[in-house]
Amino acid sequence: MSQDLEAGVYRTIERVARESYGRLVAYLSSHTRDVAGAEDALSEALVAALSHWPQDGVPRNPEAWLLTAARHSLIDLIRHQRVVLASEPALLLFRENAGEASSEMKFPDERLKLLFVCAHPAIDPAMHTPLMLQSVLGLDAARIAGAFLISPKTMGQRLVRAKTKIRDGGIQFEIPQERQLPQRLDRVLEAIYAAFGIGWDDMIGADRRGQDLAEEAIWLARVLLELMPHEPEVHGLLALMLHCEARRNARRGPGGEYIPLSDQDAEQWSLPMIEEAERHLGEAAKCGRLGRFQLEAAIQSVHAERVHGGQVVWEAIVRFYDQLIRISPAVGMKTGYAAAIAEASGPNAGLTALDAIESDLVVHYQPYWAVRAHLLRRAGKVREALEAYDRAVGLAEDHAVREFLLKKRG
Amino acid sequence: MQFAMLIYESPDAFATRKQDPNNPYTSAWRAYYRTLVAAGIYEGGNPLEVPETATTVRVKEGIRRVQDGPFADTKEQLAGVMVLELPSLDAALDWAARCPSASQGAIEVRPLAPEIKARITE
Repeated sequence: MSQDLEAGVYRTIERVARESYGRLVAYLSSHTRDVAGAEDALSEALVAALSHWPQDGVPRNPEAWLLTAARHSLIDLIRHQRVVLASEPALLLFRENAGEASSEMKFPDERLKLLFVCAHPAIDPAMHTPLMLQSVLGLDAARIAGAFLISPKTMGQRLVRAKTKIRDGGIQFEIPQERQLPQRLDRVLEAIYAAFGIGWDDMIGADRRGQDLAEEAIWLARVLLELMPHEPEVHGLLALMLHCEARRNARRGPGGEYIPLSDQDAEQWSLPMIEEAERHLGEAAKCGRLGRFQLEAAIQSVHAERVHGGQVVWEAIVRFYDQLIRISPAVGMKTGYAAAIAEASGPNAGLTALDAIESDLVVHYQPYWAVRAHLLRRAGKVREALEAYDRAVGLAEDHAVREFLLKKRG
Repeated sequence: MQFAMLIYESPDAFATRKQDPNNPYTSAWRAYYRTLVAAGIYEGGNPLEVPETATTVRVKEGIRRVQDGPFADTKEQLAGVMVLELPSLDAALDWAARCPSASQGAIEVRPLAPEIKARITE
């Protein structure tokens, strides 16, 4: 086989693995509840594909081929482990369906169930996002560990523990009932957003912490939207992330320096992404059911007006934050509210809003200190401003943000 | 739990020592130190002189060997040590990421070993 052809086969395997990974893991594990087993079986199938496809050519339906191969190794695994009692029905079902893959073979998309399982209330909330990234997107533990600033070994152990709980803890692969759905969906949305990691883009010099998985988060949100096309908050989440992602190139200057939102050149923002975000906000609005992510997206949408030469209407942002805090009174929202109030009504109003936040919540919260420093400076409180700048710099993780704040501090 | 932060610096970071004390790197360290003290987790520590000042001693089969320079010949060199009191490794990694040297080198985070110390000192 020529090298070009071989490279083509590898690219195909990579693409199929990327696109089908979650669908295959979801389908396999929805029968056995064994996510780790499904992942192992799929990686064996991928290894088999790497040795067969370059010789025999890429099958007509690569996904079906992988499913058949994975299923065979899963049956071997179940037999081998003798966990027959719990898995007996699943094993039977598997055998019945385990004939040779026809190229027409279709299997149901169970990814939505898998997403709900990953963000199940019985699973440690800190593991919701890592579980999704691994089981739906196939990211390895080391990559996830880096994004969440946890040692790779520890992340690996926590993932194993969470999957054991899914398998043995009676967690069902099902769409929650209507009564529980809103709350359960919130957990899924939050877990996806946690991978995105750009929090408070609209605040001055606020640090964004790690989690450089924006692309993965957007991918997950698109998967969720495909499965739940009529949920306004899913549209809201995707709109929010697209608005923030649209500004990626404008966030850094030519020398890598940090540029806060208010100083960004709107011409560098991605217009197609902003337009897509606006379409999703429009879709969400049709449902007439407001939520946290729609409000956050609406705030970003006000900022995005600058792309059409408009002014930022801070009063509108204050109103959105006001509603947002009632739904989701997290320290980040309250800090954003204070920053917006300051823009609309002056630094002293902003400082009053900052002072109203419980002090134990803000001790290590970098954006709070960045906003506080900025407002103290504007209010003419020189000495206090310097102290707040020090705290903002000391808590910052991003080198460019540190340099930016030091320059402001003077 | 106590953690040692072994601070490794790039040659560029070492070079800032010759600059004005208000250079961005040293200023960032000053702010970081104040934040550690304000958080009540700073137990102690010290910067080290530049690696060129190091002298490494070994005694092998009774023969003393002395080498100019640091023990390991790597681009990023040990530049200082700090001890922090923290509840977990997760928290220690958070503080390591905030350290200005994490973006100008690397921070090795290691728990102290009080049991080994007891073995030696008791």
